Amino acid sequence: MHPVTTVHYLFLSAALLIVGTIGVLTRRNIVVILMSIELILNAVNINLIAFSHQLANVHGQVFAIFVITDAAAEAAVGLGILIALFRNKETVNADEVDILKW
Amino acid sequence: MVTGTFLPLIWLIPLFPLAGAALMLLVGRRLDPQGTHGHGHGGGGKAIISILCPGAILAAFLFSLGAVLELAARPPVERSAEVIVFEWMPAIGAPWGFLLDPLSSVMVLVVTGVGFLIHVYAVGYMAHDGGYYRFFGYLNLFVFFMLMLVLANNYVLLFVGWEGVGLCSYLLIGFYFLRKPAGDAGNKAFLVNRIGDAAFILGILLMFAALGSVEFTRVNELLRSGRYAPEAAQWLPWIALCLFIGATGKSAQIPLYVWLPDAMEGPTPVSALIHAATMVTAGVYVVARSNALFVLAPDVMSLVAVIGAATAILAASIGLVQNDIKRVLAYSTVSQLGYMFLACGVGAFWVGIFHLYTHAFFKALLFLGSGSVIHALSGEQDMRKMGALKDKIPITFRTMFIGSLAIAGIPGLAGFFSKDEILWQTWSSQGGAHRFLYVIGIVTASFTAFYMWRLMNMTFYGTSRTPHEVEHHIHESPKVMTVPLMALAAGSVVAGWVGIPKVFHFPESWPSLEHWLAPVFAGSEAGVAAAGEHHSAAAEWGLMALSVALAAGGIWLARRMYHHKPELADGMEQKLKPLHTLLYNKYYIDEIYGALFVNGLAKGGGTLLSRFDAAVVDGGVNGAGWMTRFTSSLSIWWDTWIIDGSVRAGAFLVKLASYPVRVLQTGLVGSYALFIVLGVILMFGYYLWK
Repeated sequence: MHPVTTVHYLFLSAALLIVGTIGVLTRRNIVVILMSIELILNAVNINLIAFSHQLANVHGQVFAIFVITDAAAEAAVGLGILIALFRNKETVNADEVDILKW
Repeated sequence: MVTGTFLPLIWLIPLFPLAGAALMLLVGRRLDPQGTHGHGHGGGGKAIISILCPGAILAAFLFSLGAVLELAARPPVERSAEVIVFEWMPAIGAPWGFLLDPLSSVMVLVVTGVGFLIHVYAVGYMAHDGGYYRFFGYLNLFVFFMLMLVLANNYVLLFVGWEGVGLCSYLLIGFYFLRKPAGDAGNKAFLVNRIGDAAFILGILLMFAALGSVEFTRVNELLRSGRYAPEAAQWLPWIALCLFIGATGKSAQIPLYVWLPDAMEGPTPVSALIHAATMVTAGVYVVARSNALFVLAPDVMSLVAVIGAATAILAASIGLVQNDIKRVLAYSTVSQLGYMFLACGVGAFWVGIFHLYTHAFFKALLFLGSGSVIHALSGEQDMRKMGALKDKIPITFRTMFIGSLAIAGIPGLAGFFSKDEILWQTWSSQGGAHRFLYVIGIVTASFTAFYMWRLMNMTFYGTSRTPHEVEHHIHESPKVMTVPLMALAAGSVVAGWVGIPKVFHFPESWPSLEHWLAPVFAGSEAGVAAAGEHHSAAAEWGLMALSVALAAGGIWLARRMYHHKPELADGMEQKLKPLHTLLYNKYYIDEIYGALFVNGLAKGGGTLLSRFDAAVVDGGVNGAGWMTRFTSSLSIWWDTWIIDGSVRAGAFLVKLASYPVRVLQTGLVGSYALFIVLGVILMFGYYLWK
């Protein structure tokens, strides 16, 4: 069994980032977009933990905790906006919401 | 310091009628509730008014009598009591002060004495009229102001009374205000008087400016002693002229006499009291009071004499043909007032006052008598509908007979002495400079006799021309009216006995108005009438005989034309048609004034002013408006094209520049996310590339 090294974590993280980014850019449902953002954030988290482990420095873990907290807050605000949007427009489709322009 | 019982308290005299007036006008309505509706029949309240109001005048009369007797007990040079109640207008030296001297004592006694008799008469005359309390309130108020006028010790306080009597005159002329002519006549009197009053104020102000005082005693002393500033001398004639113009308004002289005949719209007691006996003589009083001033303005004196004579003959000639009994008497009053001014104008001030005093008796008597006739005929005033009243209302007839004799100038009665003295003074003063005025005066005297006996004959003699239903109700007036008539008739006989001409050679102790008034006019007569001394007694007797003959001739002619041969009057009227029409229409003076002043100056001036308004004032306003609009249109253009234009040009440029950027702003979250990703890739790419 090969030991799991930092590089493994980096590849996983990169994969998650790419999946999340593609999800944000391609999906229309805002719920899914939010979920994709979570993926991106978690990719970052994995990076932070991995380097923290490698460098034996807890700063990375602390940052990961911050990011999780931030993600939770962001999800709450994002879902709140989503519900408000649905009440007014009866849609959760990002393509149909384009009033915030000139 | 003024000593005595009554003299220090002369300021109380006007307060008696004032108290009566205040009581009537404030609570009188409650005393006489029916009175307001015009059919009050007695009642306790009415009895109180009937006693209280004449009583107030009687109290004032007795008080003044006491004061005058105290004054008479002093030596002649000290017969002047001045009481200052309080400082009133210190800026022009006009205190609230009262002056009782021989001149004002004559006036006070006439006002309160004749006033009292007329009040008593009015109790009967007004018994069935509405507004009983109001009538007596005004009448008492009038007496108050009249007493202020004659008792004031300065021109300003005199002017207060002067305006006050004008107000009361207006209120009482318009007493029957539901009738339009009455209201109009009140307005006319008030407005015409304003003209004179304006001049009067001007005179007072000029006097203060020139002499520095408006107090009678001070002004007279300054003028007599000649200790006024030399530059003030040029103003003296103007002051005198202004005061005289004021007098022509109040005393109904040419050119301001037109209001007095119309004033007969008022109740007859008012005509008697205000428009015959007292108020209208205020002008004569002022001229006599200012004698020291007038003597220094000989031109104005001549003007006074000429105006007086002209008014006398003009009014008398109009009176010859009038048919309204009260109008004849009104023109007679104007004419007699003209006599008084004639006397003052030739320098015989005391004679003017003498005639004023005798006239008060016989003219009040004649007015009250005519009121009694009107009363008997249920309100008829047209003499053509009278006649043969001699035996039906005998007391009225007899008293009026005496009054007519007195005014006509029959020897022994009051009018003879005063009128003859005027004519004599006119003849003899200034070495005969006024002889022409004498001729006018003596013609007027014959006119007077004629129109009075025309009035008597048309009213009391001949055949009755009254309608049947009126004739039924003819009755002699009640005692309350006839007793004042009798008292005035007695006065009309004896009043003149204090001015018996010197040629009669009465004893020195005989009462003489001339001596009584001498202290007031001392220094004024020396300059003017001295020349009269040289005329012989024969001339005086001759002139006296002439005037009596003319008066008798007038009476004889009137009796012949209106009693013995009425057809003679009609024939005369036909033969002299144009003259009769001219006189009957009062020389068309009212029409001329109406055209000239009312329509010409007032309304024509109004038209002119409205044109001026339309053309100049409105033109200016419209022009300014047009200018504003014009400049604002300019600034609108500037705003729209320059200010707004530059702003909009800026906006347009921004808009133009923003086009490419706007394409990128889709509003879609996805596209923004894409830009972020692309940006990140670009950034990384850049660093990686490097």
